[in-house]
Amino acid sequence: MTLYKSMRFLDLQERDQSESSCRDSARCSPQVITPSGRLLLSTTLAGSPTRHYRPFVSALDPYQLRQEFPILNQEINGKPLVYLDNAATSQKPLCVLDSSRNYYERINSNIHRGVHRLSQAATAAHEAARETIAKHLNVNRPEEIIFTSGTTDSVNLVASSLGRSDQFQKGDEIIVSGLEHHSNTVPWQMLCERLGITLKVIPVLDDGTLDLEAYDALLSERTKLVSVNHVSNAFGTVNNVIHICSQAKKVGALTFIDGAQSVPHFGVDLQSFDCDFYAFSGHKVYGPTGIGILYGRYDLLCKLPPWRGGGEMIKEVTFEKTTYNDPPFKFEAGTPNIEGGIALAAAIDYVNNLGATNIAAHEDALIKRAATILAEIDGITLYGPDDRAGALSFNVEGVHHYDLGTLLDQMGFALRTGHHCCQPLMARFGITGTIRASFAAYNTIEEVEALGKAVEKALMMLR
Amino acid sequence: MTITEKQQELLDELDLFQDWTERYEYVISLGKKLAPMDESLHTTDRLIKGCQSQVWLDSSAKEGRMNFLADSDSVITKGMIALFVRVLDGESPEDVLTADLSFIDKTGLKEHLAPTRANALTLMAAQMRKGALQAIQA
Repeated sequence: MTLYKSMRFLDLQERDQSESSCRDSARCSPQVITPSGRLLLSTTLAGSPTRHYRPFVSALDPYQLRQEFPILNQEINGKPLVYLDNAATSQKPLCVLDSSRNYYERINSNIHRGVHRLSQAATAAHEAARETIAKHLNVNRPEEIIFTSGTTDSVNLVASSLGRSDQFQKGDEIIVSGLEHHSNTVPWQMLCERLGITLKVIPVLDDGTLDLEAYDALLSERTKLVSVNHVSNAFGTVNNVIHICSQAKKVGALTFIDGAQSVPHFGVDLQSFDCDFYAFSGHKVYGPTGIGILYGRYDLLCKLPPWRGGGEMIKEVTFEKTTYNDPPFKFEAGTPNIEGGIALAAAIDYVNNLGATNIAAHEDALIKRAATILAEIDGITLYGPDDRAGALSFNVEGVHHYDLGTLLDQMGFALRTGHHCCQPLMARFGITGTIRASFAAYNTIEEVEALGKAVEKALMMLR
Repeated sequence: MTITEKQQELLDELDLFQDWTERYEYVISLGKKLAPMDESLHTTDRLIKGCQSQVWLDSSAKEGRMNFLADSDSVITKGMIALFVRVLDGESPEDVLTADLSFIDKTGLKEHLAPTRANALTLMAAQMRKGALQAIQA
């Protein structure tokens, strides 16, 4: 493919002409201009659906940033919305909304093989988006990036494709962890049932971290795949993926890392640990729903059979024999979510513009403040280790998490209650669920402090 | 007092509270006043499936009158069940079966409930009617 375009510079005047439809909101505009006064844009044939921002060096200001998220500026039950359900889905900044709109207003067309100008523009934008994701994860080549509908879809793709390969024999083992979301358990369970292989589970310690000694002991020559999350959606635990992947490699097992809760919260460099597959969802990282990413090591992707048949994924079709396209197209049957991929790249640009390190530092301050405030409450249990990413889960003795969540909703706070699609983890701790606050770059210390007061008010009513 | 009268009485009581906190506290207090349901009755067949919190309902008929025992691990859910129990307990199975329970929409509580919880209320009502139907068929 020759679709991976290099970037070029346009001067400010050109920017004013080509970007006239872009709303110049607080954060989107200044950073598109380089220190030399020039704008960084990818070359697409019809303007700039994908913009490449230079890293923003100073720490972020959530109050300024919130101006780019119109949805946050509303009241619930007459009280200002405090959105703390970001682990479920994040809100979208104007530049992501603009990106979707730009796509449909200017270049909407089906991609690949189109002879006309619009199709070429859409194809270029789609493939430039792939390149943006590839750079963000620091992978070796853009062909290692497959567009899926989300993390769940990515897990199912790998489970299904590996299941059709010669990777597994009866009696082999797959290891997952006790911290997994159902989406990183059930597809493997289904595969195990189908192929007569065994699912092993890394136990969770009382502090909500994985028992890595037990993990080391679980590994054997029967282990053919290890699949764990980078960050737990329920407890915010950050797993030691370096250790997990290197140990798996020693016994020749493949590794799949679910990055749904890591990519939104800190920079992920896939050169820093040796995993074979990595997945994340667009909608949790300021992008649209219905788009996600699967990274797969190129040599593996070449060997693996496709999982869905259709257009795009073929080289040649006859009724006698069909030959398949090269990665990533082999795994992208049918018309993809073109706009979703392009808008996801805009979201990734947005993250890089803010600076993944700045986001991580800001959210860490929010979580630590929340933990300090909530720890003061009589009868509270905070789950997970002190160093969490993204999410903080808790329960209060004698109070149902659902009651607390309902009253917090009355006060304008959006939190999540229940098992967080982690029923085995809840069973491990002998609970039916927790109440979870999860954070994004636009949350403020003020909101965290308001949450503390709201929880106390709710508890006055419930106890 | 008829079922309709009992419903109106409840609505009048709830109308006394302008503030949502008082309204919720009142509903929670109604739940706390429910007749105790023995732990031994917390069985799978009495569990109402589909609720995020656990809800148990026991229906029985004695001398042509329905008797409902209900419990929940959520105090708000228990309060909501108490509204149903208060209007339907002690009524004939036929009246329970045909009762119009749309009063719950007028309490101003349902609009504040998550769809899953509102759905739980519908399931509760259906389960109470099922108990009444069984009593008629017995």
